[in-house]
Amino acid sequence: MSLGSAQAVGARPINWARLMRALLPALSLGIVVVAIASLNQRAISYLGFTLMLNLAIPIALATLAQMFVITINELDLSIGPFVGFVGCVTATWLHDSPLLGITVLIAAIGVYVALGALIHLRNLPSIVVTLGMSFVWQGLAILILPTPGGKAPEWLLALMGFKPPFIPMPIVAAIVIALVVHFGLMRTSYGAVLRGAGGNGQAIGRAGWSLLRTKMVMFGLTGLFGVLSGLALIGTTTSGDANIGNGYTLLSIAGVILGGGEFVGGRVSPVGAVIGALTMAMAASPLLTFMHVPPDWQVAANGAILIIVLAARVLISRKEANA
Amino acid sequence: MKTLLSKPWIWSFLGALVVFLATIAFTRGVGTGGILTAALSLAVFTVIVGTGQMFVITLGPGNVDLSLPANIGLASAVAMKVMDGNDAMIAVGLLAALGSGLAVGVANYLLIRLLRIPPIIATLSSSFIILSIDISYGRGLQIKPPPGYADFTNIQIVGIPILAFVTVAFSVGAAIVLSRLVYGRSVLAIGQNIRAAWLAGVPVERVRFLTYALCGALGGITGALLAGYFRGASVDIGNEYLLSSIAVVVIGGTSVAGGKANVPGIWGAALFLVLLLTMLNTFGVSPGLRLVLTGLIIVGVITAAGGQKALR
Repeated sequence: MSLGSAQAVGARPINWARLMRALLPALSLGIVVVAIASLNQRAISYLGFTLMLNLAIPIALATLAQMFVITINELDLSIGPFVGFVGCVTATWLHDSPLLGITVLIAAIGVYVALGALIHLRNLPSIVVTLGMSFVWQGLAILILPTPGGKAPEWLLALMGFKPPFIPMPIVAAIVIALVVHFGLMRTSYGAVLRGAGGNGQAIGRAGWSLLRTKMVMFGLTGLFGVLSGLALIGTTTSGDANIGNGYTLLSIAGVILGGGEFVGGRVSPVGAVIGALTMAMAASPLLTFMHVPPDWQVAANGAILIIVLAARVLISRKEANA
Repeated sequence: MKTLLSKPWIWSFLGALVVFLATIAFTRGVGTGGILTAALSLAVFTVIVGTGQMFVITLGPGNVDLSLPANIGLASAVAMKVMDGNDAMIAVGLLAALGSGLAVGVANYLLIRLLRIPPIIATLSSSFIILSIDISYGRGLQIKPPPGYADFTNIQIVGIPILAFVTVAFSVGAAIVLSRLVYGRSVLAIGQNIRAAWLAGVPVERVRFLTYALCGALGGITGALLAGYFRGASVDIGNEYLLSSIAVVVIGGTSVAGGKANVPGIWGAALFLVLLLTMLNTFGVSPGLRLVLTGLIIVGVITAAGGQKALR
């Protein structure tokens, strides 16, 4: 139902409901932070945020990776195992023989570009192709690192362990990443073409742009951000594990949607996606731990948070449609 | 021959045959019967969930049920708890598992309808909640299935599991529903063009409701059957069906764009996947390489059989 029909073509007057909708991701993040603050005062500190947002950077990068494919109406169900694969390469080859590691990671991005071309040329469902690829990445990760271990390269540890003054590293990194992607995708002319390929591919094609190239670029960007996410993850956890990224597929989709992205139509928001990822990262465990939610029910609470935010968005969207 | 080759499901059966021949060539015919029996036993479960998933996917782009693994896990626990190792309670236990699955399906639909959440996210979020319920409900659950029930799920007639007969009958039923019944035709119509279907008077929301409920119920049944076959319930008993339920639908020739379903293809694809794993196991391939090959073969098969129009 929510798919297919282009509901919002053309300019609409800005109204309050629309503004609310744009602010919803930030609002949900705010609510989570306030909830944490009211439960544990000490968590709201430089150290507290550094610890709570420990894994936020890899999650944010994986979410952006997912956002790129969602922009062109595709879905990557292999991003989690891919992050795990990158993690294993990082903890082994990139540490022991950097040149080999770099080559493998670049080749992995090349695989993503090739997948984009394959999906476009053969008109394949991305869900199934990436589902198949998730086996491949998982298998490769197990082949490279059969048991958890390995070591993160020194420079990566130094980078991820960097402590900027006043503002914790994860927040600085999140702002930088969000701004870079925002300007690239939302403010450049080719970014508009890329989003247009999701909004109305036919029109973009008629206008003389290569749709094949947009798919390849977007899948390539997904690969690139998947690699960055894997690097950031290993820089934080210091060692690798073939299963380390498995939760990221779901987290990344949830982050994009929480951040105001739509599944079809090229309607995405990089800043929103990063905020959505931060919300998921904080709500996922710190908040629930402070609320003394038993471990059994923490997964359920994640699902509930997702449902509540989406319900709020529907209410606002309905108002937006009526206004 | 030409009409046969143009059927989308033929490729999945050919694939299954090739993989099977490669396996018995490797074993030089030793244990051929055993391989077939084991493949049929395992394929049955994939066929049942795959059929449910097929109805959902046929509704059109974006429709997919990601809550099946959690649903299967919960239903397996419900079935084992209700049966409580007692042969007299088998029917009640099966009904309870069916009810559990049905409830999941209805909840999924309500999320999709009332909150207007895309089905992917709705079933994803509900699967988190179901998973928690299962973890909490099934904690330390070590109830064995009733002996009569465990026997039933494992029993064979001339090497063919009795469940395979039942499931073939079920597939025939599903094919009839799809091609002859108003409900099945409505599912196809919605998948082809939801607006046209609505204008033509198809009760779109009722059909969608029934489809998600059906898929949930089939997941519930599968959970109960798996618990019997593997002699016990567990939280992750359904994990592999997230990928395989979607994979068999697509490999079997059902269009991911919706509106075009294929029941026989699900059998071919399920046998293909199961035999593929068997083949890689007999070849003595390491777990990592097995995953890589499975993935590459799935992508390869889809690329070869694909080329469908108007996908996501």
